[in-house]
Amino acid sequence: MALSCKNLLGIGDLEVDDVRQIIETAGSFREVFARPIKKLPTLRGRSIINLFYEPSTRTRSSFEFAAKRLGADAINFSVSSSSVAKGESLIDTGLSLQAMSPDIIVIRHQHAGAPHLLARVCLQSHIVNGGDGMHEHPTQALLDLLTITDHKGEPKGRKVAIVGDISRSRVARSNALLLRKMGAEVWICGPPTMIPIDFHQYEVQITFQLEEALKSADVVMLLRVQKERLQDVLYPSVKEYFALFGLNKKKLRRARPDCIVMHPGPINRGVEIDPELADGEYSVILEQVTNGVAVRMAVLYLLLGGELA
Amino acid sequence: MTLLIRGGTVIDPSRDYERKADLLIERGKVADLGKISARKSWDVLEVPGCLVAPGFVDMHVHLREPGREDKETIASGCRAAVAAGFTGIMCMPNTDPVNDCEAVTRFILEKARKANLAHVYPAGAITKGSRGQQLAEIGEMVKAGAVAITDDGNPVENDQIMRRALEYSRIFNIPVVDHCENRDLAAGGCMNEGSVSTRLGIPGMSRAAEEMDVARDIVLGRITGGRVHIAHLSTRESLRWVRQAKAEGLAVTCEVTPHHFVLTDRDIGDYDTNCKMNPPLREPEDVEALLEGLADGAVDCIATDHAPHTALEKETTFEDAANGIIGMESAIPLAWEYLVRRRGLPHRRLVELFSVNPNRILELGRGTLEPGSIADITVIDPDREITLDVQHWKSKSRNSPFHGWTLHGAPVATLVRGRPVFRRQ
Repeated sequence: MALSCKNLLGIGDLEVDDVRQIIETAGSFREVFARPIKKLPTLRGRSIINLFYEPSTRTRSSFEFAAKRLGADAINFSVSSSSVAKGESLIDTGLSLQAMSPDIIVIRHQHAGAPHLLARVCLQSHIVNGGDGMHEHPTQALLDLLTITDHKGEPKGRKVAIVGDISRSRVARSNALLLRKMGAEVWICGPPTMIPIDFHQYEVQITFQLEEALKSADVVMLLRVQKERLQDVLYPSVKEYFALFGLNKKKLRRARPDCIVMHPGPINRGVEIDPELADGEYSVILEQVTNGVAVRMAVLYLLLGGELA
Repeated sequence: MTLLIRGGTVIDPSRDYERKADLLIERGKVADLGKISARKSWDVLEVPGCLVAPGFVDMHVHLREPGREDKETIASGCRAAVAAGFTGIMCMPNTDPVNDCEAVTRFILEKARKANLAHVYPAGAITKGSRGQQLAEIGEMVKAGAVAITDDGNPVENDQIMRRALEYSRIFNIPVVDHCENRDLAAGGCMNEGSVSTRLGIPGMSRAAEEMDVARDIVLGRITGGRVHIAHLSTRESLRWVRQAKAEGLAVTCEVTPHHFVLTDRDIGDYDTNCKMNPPLREPEDVEALLEGLADGAVDCIATDHAPHTALEKETTFEDAANGIIGMESAIPLAWEYLVRRRGLPHRRLVELFSVNPNRILELGRGTLEPGSIADITVIDPDREITLDVQHWKSKSRNSPFHGWTLHGAPVATLVRGRPVFRRQ
């Protein structure tokens, strides 16, 4: 059992069967989390490098946990503490990492396509995109899918509303691609200033009215709205954004009574979500974090052939 | 020296001349045309089946000297030019220092004289340092040899300064060449804003950024009477503005690059940085509009925006990569393949686009083969199959998306003032 792709650069690399396999495998890995010893010997002797050009606590720790729980050696390279800060190019960094023969390199970069560039340099390793610019964040979409599957079963036909700054969101792109691949009905919502040209190419519905997006939704996925975007004139004020696109209990009544509320984090309480709701009964935000580790374990494991050590 | 170019088809749109003819050059000038029997003392250049045209001029070239001689020098740029079939090139002023004064203009011309290959026509800056604040000493640059003004790459943002530049340029009757890019609208953009930028997650640059400034320049051209030349025009709507201005009889001209009529943003593929340029590659409907304009006369000329960069500046992420590609040595094969062979563009029209019109816009007094005129000549073999190989190009840089392409139609000989400066084996 292995994935049909060598690298995971974007959702487009995965066939439907690959996705199912990742979700299933992640589900079984998750059982380990309840044990006192949360470590498997599956990838013992394998080495995984986390190459992070962007500050990230959540994703980096998640990948690190995933690697370590499978018994692999995980090394973190982050921009502030490596030669990258001294001006080394991505290609040179890739070449030197390659010389250490890692099995997998996970890369997060502020620019779209950086994982693709690395994949052209590091031919001996598997490359996993841990988030590239505004482009994609495939493992986030996979962990979201696992969370949705836990609560809703098959995603096919489920209505998922994705709300927020779609333009600048790699999470929105990967989720739209993956959810559509798996047959979900995807609604995109936000102010027009935050929705890019031709997002229809993802075969999603687009609305500027939150009510319409929420109507009978099974899943509401909120995206972080960066307060610093105020300067870009994308919205007039946090107050108005929250009034129009922020989620609270009252608005959520339009969704299905058993709906779930998701957020890739970190949350801006009071901007995109009412604080009460973030911790409330509909919220599955912390489950997403747990599932993140399980899905990344599955991705690492399956990329390396899916065979037990 | 007397030289006979024998066996080709001579095309001289300036005199409506297109027929099989031999061309005789004496003392650097065209001496005669027609069926000519060679004398023993003459040199003979056999060009059977080739097109013999007045010298091609690329009016948009970045030579990088002074300042970035690691990318290109005036000499290497001139070698590339003649190997590409160009007898003349206009070099942009965005060097370091900027060509915003007589001394820099003279420096460029002196280097070009030493290179002794293609003619180099310097474009001077519109404003000092191309900072967009004060007019540069345009008169002094023109006296030294500048043939146009432009703040290419750092376009004049301030509308009033642009207006003044257009007014002032009338003293010298030179065109004001504008890289149209509204900075507010373009801010942060790395490629054409559209379906592909959305999919790739790359910050897009709205086409409106170009179109707004094209419209502005035309409006200012109308009130000032200055001559507006739109550099590397790339969108359908920009061309619509130019058509309208021309219909009105305004002194507005424009150029289009080969990459904008051959490639689209789809060609970026998996973040190919050799497809990053400014203006960015556009969409199929833009290419279609440009091809129409090239055929029907709305577009005046083909210029390459030859922009040499080191590998280091291109071998990085798309967002970090430098803008631009080297264009001279692929220009004629691309134009021949995509315009003549595939679209049936008349040979004569191609010669207008590459020779007659840039000469007219820059008032260089060439672009004709009338006996007595200076023998700047481009010879093209229309059937020659050529595989573009940047490793063999004369430019110092290698940044081209066309490496490895096989095309038909190639320059085979270039003559400057009657002297053969390039011959393809």
